[in-house]
Amino acid sequence: MPPPHSPDAPTLAELRRLTDSVGTGAGPDAAPTLPFGVAGLDAALPGGGLALGALHQIHEGGPRGRYAATAVLFAGGILARLDGPVLWCLHSRDLFAPALARVGLHPDRVVYCETWRDTEVLPAMEEGLRHRGLAGVVGELTRMTLTPSRRLQLAAEGSGVTALVVHRLCAGEAAEPEPSAARTRWRVAPAPSDGMSRRMGRPRWRLELQRSRGGAPGAWIVEACDAQGRLAVPASLANRPAAPERVQRRAAR
Amino acid sequence: MAQDGARRVLAGVDAAARRFGLYPGMSAAHAQALVPGLHLVPAAPEADAAGLERLGLWCQRYAPIVATDPPDGLLIDITGAAHLFGGEAPLLADISARLERTGIAARLALADTPGCAWGLARFGEGGIVPPGGAAQVLAPLPVAALRLGSEAQRALQDVGLTRIGGLTDKPRAALRLRFGAEVLFRLDRALGYEPEPLAALVAPESPRVALRFAEPVGARETLERVVTDLCARLVPELERRGLGARRLDLIFARVDRLDQAIRIGTARPSRDAAHLTRLLAERLALVDPGFGIEEAVLCASRVEPLAEHQETHLASHLAAGPQALDLAALIDTLLVRLGAARVYRLAPVESDLPERAVRRVPALAAPLGVVWPTDLPRPARLLAPPEPVTAMAEIPDAPPLFFVWRNTRHRIARADGPERILGEWWVTDAEADLTRDYYRVETEAGERFWLFRDGPMQANGRWWLHGLGEA
Repeated sequence: MPPPHSPDAPTLAELRRLTDSVGTGAGPDAAPTLPFGVAGLDAALPGGGLALGALHQIHEGGPRGRYAATAVLFAGGILARLDGPVLWCLHSRDLFAPALARVGLHPDRVVYCETWRDTEVLPAMEEGLRHRGLAGVVGELTRMTLTPSRRLQLAAEGSGVTALVVHRLCAGEAAEPEPSAARTRWRVAPAPSDGMSRRMGRPRWRLELQRSRGGAPGAWIVEACDAQGRLAVPASLANRPAAPERVQRRAAR
Repeated sequence: MAQDGARRVLAGVDAAARRFGLYPGMSAAHAQALVPGLHLVPAAPEADAAGLERLGLWCQRYAPIVATDPPDGLLIDITGAAHLFGGEAPLLADISARLERTGIAARLALADTPGCAWGLARFGEGGIVPPGGAAQVLAPLPVAALRLGSEAQRALQDVGLTRIGGLTDKPRAALRLRFGAEVLFRLDRALGYEPEPLAALVAPESPRVALRFAEPVGARETLERVVTDLCARLVPELERRGLGARRLDLIFARVDRLDQAIRIGTARPSRDAAHLTRLLAERLALVDPGFGIEEAVLCASRVEPLAEHQETHLASHLAAGPQALDLAALIDTLLVRLGAARVYRLAPVESDLPERAVRRVPALAAPLGVVWPTDLPRPARLLAPPEPVTAMAEIPDAPPLFFVWRNTRHRIARADGPERILGEWWVTDAEADLTRDYYRVETEAGERFWLFRDGPMQANGRWWLHGLGEA
């Protein structure tokens, strides 16, 4: 959440009032949510999970952030646990579909469209969000300003389709995120897996909830999506005393 | 073979006959003397014309405006239609491949003007002329490539003007005075200074509706209303015949007879007026009304029976919610906006090479139910082509200790491999000795990469980075 002296604070407050009154008429808690199955994570989100029919932004942290390789897997894992087709608006040719299948997103469910520029991604996403029955719409964007984010959020609320924006920023750009109407903003980065072994285990991510409307920000170390798109709590961290940052302590499943 | 007075002459020859030195206009007796056992068929100009028209109607699969150019040519106005086939070159390749399969010899040319394409197809090599390149391409062609009458041709040849390039730099007034208006008129048409409307063929059986305007119209809002009106009129016609539109051609007849056409395709047969209106309205921005539009014709140039489709739709509709119908509408909108080649699903290919593991299928193809092998971890981003890295391993077959990519050094904490992938020699010979040893590595920061070495270390195998992230 931006500090109160930020010039955008009145805009955001106005927007919040606006978006909350649109759609079902009830508050965000009444909307359906998708739990992650990681207790601390779900507790931080209003409604006990990721709000469906809303816009969520996913940034990738780390020096290779502009490839957003972890962020697309996080997005794929979320969509894998929803029903229905997915519209994926591509930014470049480097997405490797077999990896999405490995986090549980079946290739039969995904329709790709080659919208190379942001100016094509945004209308395509909005078009997708107006069609009920989709599980979600993913757009790979380099930049999203307030107005497009507001349009996407309103379209998502209207149809109940979840919108995920995967940011493909240059390394320097990620520092100051722009204001947006998104329900949550995530920052995903790879984290070292279990320190003991030289063998490759399940990958780990540092998942940071940077902004969550109606919820608290936080950060967690989680094990990457499995073949059903589920995250998990690392076994070695599950019984550790509380770390300085909010690290999840109990396995959900 | 045709009758020319008392003489029997050859009306046309095929490629084999041309090799024997036969040519149209030769007397039949002469030809038979040259080639004993020559197979002669009586000429049937009416049947030829009908055949050409049928071929022209078939060519409407490429673009709405197709005109015949008797006796043996077709002109297709592909303005605004090439993107449906992935561009101009794939469009030409598709036409020539299909014609060849049916045994029709053709030379294709694509240019800014019908005149330029005509000349290039008949007197040049065919091919694609870049926009604005007509003058340059036409320059070396004989003047006959301008579609001149024999008199004008002879007049030009008499003064030694045999190439078109020789005409373009002459003063126009002098040309007109000496050779008449025809030469300049044809030259201007070929170069695009003079418009050339095409008289579009219309298939008699395709459902069509037309609106004529008392006053020429041109405003965008008016055109949108026209589209709505036409769709509303076309739908009952489709309903009556039990058809759904797969392709709609909307032709605006301008006052200067330079017709403007837009074409939309749908992924499933449809006769939903609102949906079709929306698809057409998407492309209205491409229409240049010029000085006004007198007539609008909407034609369902490709139709499919719809009655059964609707029932199956209903069943899936009840079973799976509203998604089936909605998805088709979404896909249509995206197809119209982005072009057919840019909306697709991906399906697995049984290939070990990661570059070849994926193929495109139509967005609304039936579910295939197959996935890639689930036991092989794969990167989320695949670099194409792989980027060379400097890597260092302790012992020949061990995973590397570190690698340098784009001036950044990555120390490897964990690694797994090798997974050996061999080239598919049955696909190309070049891959006969392709061997890649893939390693999944995790750096100390936890980033995962997919590296490979393109040969054994003893044989100076180099290291490449092929992917980032891992699932």
